[in-house]
Amino acid sequence: MKFDILKHTLVPHHEILSGEDVEKLLKTYKIKKEDLPQMLVTDPVAKAIGAKDGDIVKIVRKSPTAGTSISYRLVVKKEII
Amino acid sequence: MITKSKKIIDKIAFGLLSPEKIRKMSATRIITPDTYDEDGFPIEMGLMDPRLGVIEPGLRCKTCGQKVKECPGHFGHIELAMPVIHVGFAKTIYNVLKATCRGCGKLLLPEEEIIKLREDYKKVVKRGNSTAAFAKEVIKKTSKVTKCPYCGREVLPVELDKPTTYREGGRKLTPAEVREWLEKVSDALGDDLRLLDINPEVAHPEWMVLTVLPVPPVTTRPSITLETGERSEDDLTHKLVDIIRINQRLQENRDAGAPQLIVEDLWELLQYHVTTYFDNQTSGIPPARHRSGRALKTLAQRLKGKEGRFRSNLSGKRVNFSARTVISPDPNISINEVGIPIAIAKELTVPIKVTPYNIEEMKELVKRGPEPEPLEGTIYLPGVNYVIRPDGRRIRVTSENAETVAERLEVGSIIERQLDDGDIVLFNRQPSLHRMSMMAHKAKILPYKTFRLNLAVCPPYNADFDGDEMNLHVLQSEEARAEAEILMKVQEHILSPRFGGAIIGAIHDHITGCFLLTYGNKVFSKEEALYILSATGYTGKIKEKMTGKEIFSKILPEDLNLEYKAKLCNSTEEECRKNDAYVVIKNGKLLEGAIDEASIGAFKGKIIEYIMRKDGSKAARKFIDKVTKLGIASITLIGFTTGIDDEDIPEEAQMQIKGVLENAKKKIQDLIRAYREGELEQIPGRSLEETLEMEIMRVTGKARDQTGEIASRHLGLDNSAVIMARSGARGSMLNLSQMAGAVGQQAVRGERIHRGYHGRTLPHFKKGDLGAEAKGFVSSSYKSGLTPTEYFFHSMGGREGLVDTAVRTSRSGYMQRRLINALENVRLEEDGSVRETTGKVVQFHYGEDGIDPTKSIRGKAVDPELILKEVTNE
Repeated sequence: MKFDILKHTLVPHHEILSGEDVEKLLKTYKIKKEDLPQMLVTDPVAKAIGAKDGDIVKIVRKSPTAGTSISYRLVVKKEII
Repeated sequence: MITKSKKIIDKIAFGLLSPEKIRKMSATRIITPDTYDEDGFPIEMGLMDPRLGVIEPGLRCKTCGQKVKECPGHFGHIELAMPVIHVGFAKTIYNVLKATCRGCGKLLLPEEEIIKLREDYKKVVKRGNSTAAFAKEVIKKTSKVTKCPYCGREVLPVELDKPTTYREGGRKLTPAEVREWLEKVSDALGDDLRLLDINPEVAHPEWMVLTVLPVPPVTTRPSITLETGERSEDDLTHKLVDIIRINQRLQENRDAGAPQLIVEDLWELLQYHVTTYFDNQTSGIPPARHRSGRALKTLAQRLKGKEGRFRSNLSGKRVNFSARTVISPDPNISINEVGIPIAIAKELTVPIKVTPYNIEEMKELVKRGPEPEPLEGTIYLPGVNYVIRPDGRRIRVTSENAETVAERLEVGSIIERQLDDGDIVLFNRQPSLHRMSMMAHKAKILPYKTFRLNLAVCPPYNADFDGDEMNLHVLQSEEARAEAEILMKVQEHILSPRFGGAIIGAIHDHITGCFLLTYGNKVFSKEEALYILSATGYTGKIKEKMTGKEIFSKILPEDLNLEYKAKLCNSTEEECRKNDAYVVIKNGKLLEGAIDEASIGAFKGKIIEYIMRKDGSKAARKFIDKVTKLGIASITLIGFTTGIDDEDIPEEAQMQIKGVLENAKKKIQDLIRAYREGELEQIPGRSLEETLEMEIMRVTGKARDQTGEIASRHLGLDNSAVIMARSGARGSMLNLSQMAGAVGQQAVRGERIHRGYHGRTLPHFKKGDLGAEAKGFVSSSYKSGLTPTEYFFHSMGGREGLVDTAVRTSRSGYMQRRLINALENVRLEEDGSVRETTGKVVQFHYGEDGIDPTKSIRGKAVDPELILKEVTNE
């Protein structure tokens, strides 16, 4: 049986952003996709939620000071070139 | 005046100089190692050839015809008899050699792979990724090839014998052979050199092996004439002399057909000199030295490190309009002020533009000259040092010409007025570890020769007066002054962004003074109350008799409501209420509790924090100014002294302490006996020895605490030392118990002292003695004095502390440097996100919660308890 890492206490909530939400996100911060922090497609969580190269993942964390904090990651392929 | 540059830099490209380029930009070829002839004239084609630029004033450059400051200097060149490796590129050469074939110079990869790599390279450039990392991958790929896919030549392993020797299959390659190889690579690869991270437009691999050496202009290596008339040459010139000498000998020997061995030796010597000319700290070769034994400072040394060009001249600059002197305290000036000696004020100036509106006033000012007579009853009057006319001419104002300069003053001039009271200046103490290390103060011109500062600003600067010096800068523009006043003034830094509390506040005697005033229900006569309150500038009514708490209440804002445990408090709220250790302030009246460190102290002061948040920085500044003066007035009136007899304890207490110590020693003996007999119960995860040590440490620790407890039972709040310790003014109860009771166990690296002789710490003890005394337990008190062995152990522990601080400061300093270099281009944007200068997002919402720690309440956004109290009280 495989362990579902998404249920682990130390793994925050991840979800793939829809095309509409991506537009909205990039508009609110006035940024390009490349300006976002990145995560690898090979990341265990990315694999678990089925994120593909170019997707944007929304991460919702519990924060001791802010309650919940939201951040975003751009999924990228690992390439040296 | 600043002369504007005629050229604007559009871009900078880095590349290699080709031999042709070096010859082309050279003003002359250098052939003789001599610099000057007997008459002191520079020798033509020598290292000081007049065509290389001018360093002597009055002369004109032979190349460009300009004078000293105008001529930038011109390069010369040396034709090397044999090629040599450039140390700076040794690694790059090595990489190229490894990746290419010696036979045909092509990349050691099959055609189809190269085609693929070309595509990949384009992608890398498009993405803005590192081409260096890409080249590394390419080189890694070639390492697997054993036979050249083009000419079929067997690939022999290339080694780099640091710093500059190459071997192919074990056989040494001469620089000439290397150069030949690289030439082939250059021809065969062409644009494919980019795959090795070399841009063929600006750099060819064979240029990394030098055949011509550029000679920097004399302006880069000026010679100094000593008082004796002797000339002393720059280190670079010395090195170049060496190079030319060996080069000449090499050429002569080679041309004369000398044996191969001699030529090779000279060649290697030339390589050594050229290598040290570039970098005199190359590992693997001894640094070239001066006759005196000092290592020469060559090209790399000029640039590298803290004293190098980058960190010392480009990232850091020396500035004008600044001063430095010793600091001393002045409790009578505001925290916003800084006392400046008259001598310094006369040197530092503020520029003022002359306008139609102020011209008459300015004329009067200039008329005063640089040394005006102070007005009756004052000590200082600012004069004018310089007038800058609209055409940019700078005129020094003297007592003689002041009158005429003033008359000729016109609109558009700038006068440089000497510093005056109220001018905004920046004040700074190194190390500048946080933003409070550099704050804006208002100048106050005072007599004597030290900078004066209010004692409450010592904590942010981390200053004391044992000889500390501080720097002062005078702002030169209106924008700078406005910005400094709004952002940098001391009162704007009362709360620290480090922990969201006050960092500026009362210290030492201020706290003792306020504590003495407010503790208990002391009653003061009208005269006494007047004395104390007049110090704070109080002008209201004074009653016939006043308690200390009533006096203190006079400086509190009227609408202040606070309740908290005082520093004095060491148990529950209920207990503390009885002991006057719970502070209650209602409507600006101190009803209960003594004022101590927790109320007004730097780092802790609750009242300061609260006023700062509620009424702003101005109110907080006023409060600090008043409370410090109040504290000093109180302590002056009440009187306060401390001495070693503060630690006197009655004989019976001393006996008790002795008993505790005896008891502890006996317990330790018991533990040791149990250990020897194997009865000691082992703590899980520890060896038996470790268990014993831990048990003993526990016993000694407990013994010290007990002695302290006994001592403090006999030292009450009528004792000055205890007042200081309990109110948080200075010292701790631990310090007192070490003076009165016992110093306790000394430790090195967290363990009882165990090093020294074989099986014992000192020859005073038997081998294998595990007892208290033999392992650094000090049962004497500081007051009674230590025995020789105790003193020695105490020194061991003390030394460790000193070493630790020394190591810690240097390490944390380096860490901070790296952190700041890494974080300097991260900033908070208007939308609350944290970004790099490139626009990349680091945090979406600063610190997750978007809270400015300066404006937080000790790190929290809100203090629910305080709000609750405020709401329910009203």
